[in-house]
Amino acid sequence: MADQARFSDLAMEHMPALYSAALRMTRNPSDAEDLVQETYLRAYRGFGGFTEGTNLRAWLYRILTNTYINSYRAAKRRPEIADVEDVEELYLYHRLAPSDGTLSRSAEEEALASFTDDEVKAAIESLPDSFRMAVLLADVEGFSYKEIAEITDVPIGTVMSRIHRGRRALQKALHDFAESRGLVGTAPGRSSE
Amino acid sequence: MSGGQVSSGPGTDDVGADVDCGSAIHQLYHYLDGELTEQRRSEISEHLDYCAPCASAAGFETELRQVIADKCKDHVPDTLMQRVAQQIEAERRKQVDIDPEREHPE
Repeated sequence: MADQARFSDLAMEHMPALYSAALRMTRNPSDAEDLVQETYLRAYRGFGGFTEGTNLRAWLYRILTNTYINSYRAAKRRPEIADVEDVEELYLYHRLAPSDGTLSRSAEEEALASFTDDEVKAAIESLPDSFRMAVLLADVEGFSYKEIAEITDVPIGTVMSRIHRGRRALQKALHDFAESRGLVGTAPGRSSE
Repeated sequence: MSGGQVSSGPGTDDVGADVDCGSAIHQLYHYLDGELTEQRRSEISEHLDYCAPCASAAGFETELRQVIADKCKDHVPDTLMQRVAQQIEAERRKQVDIDPEREHPE
């Protein structure tokens, strides 16, 4: 049983990460603020049910995710696209690498540094809800497959498939940005179309 | 056909011979996520030690993930911090009104 008086000391430091996640989920600063506020209120009320010493960050993300799914996703009635376009593994790498197949360290750094914060955020936000959450929790927040399964309440096999497909779709979205800037073309002879 | 670009590793070596490029790339995410069994992890790790194309791809994926995490940070508005703090304080007072014991436990 966690003591409510300790809630602020323990939970407030997680707000920057929760706010970023809320922004990616809602894609809207005002909704993101409301979502974070609602999450903290629910967390405070439910803090007696949290066992101190266990993973507070994961517990807060679970509340954030549930609140989002119950309130915001339902309210927006955003049609959940059942799937994302499935592209091959190493989609971005293969398109950045020269035809001999290996990308030099400097070319890699240059290409990756060229993506702006806004492009990376927009690429994540372009993913359908369930893929977006899985990728966010894995790659931005660094949760394990098992933790993500617990946070989002789906079987671990589904988590893995969402993360992997979501990452590939994210690479496609990033590539599209790079292409629109003229940074990369479709690598010769590698088009899957 | 995935991983076709990196499928021409030496392949004759005994080291990591159980892992070809196709399966190394296929399990790359599990590997980078630390979600493989210890045995499989070390097999893939050995493969990456001697296969430069796969190692290059693994390095890229690692770097990309870092870039994504770094570029996804946002500044929390001060007003949000204040709103949350005020809301928790209001909630605490509400509970004290209902159950005055909470104010001075024991």
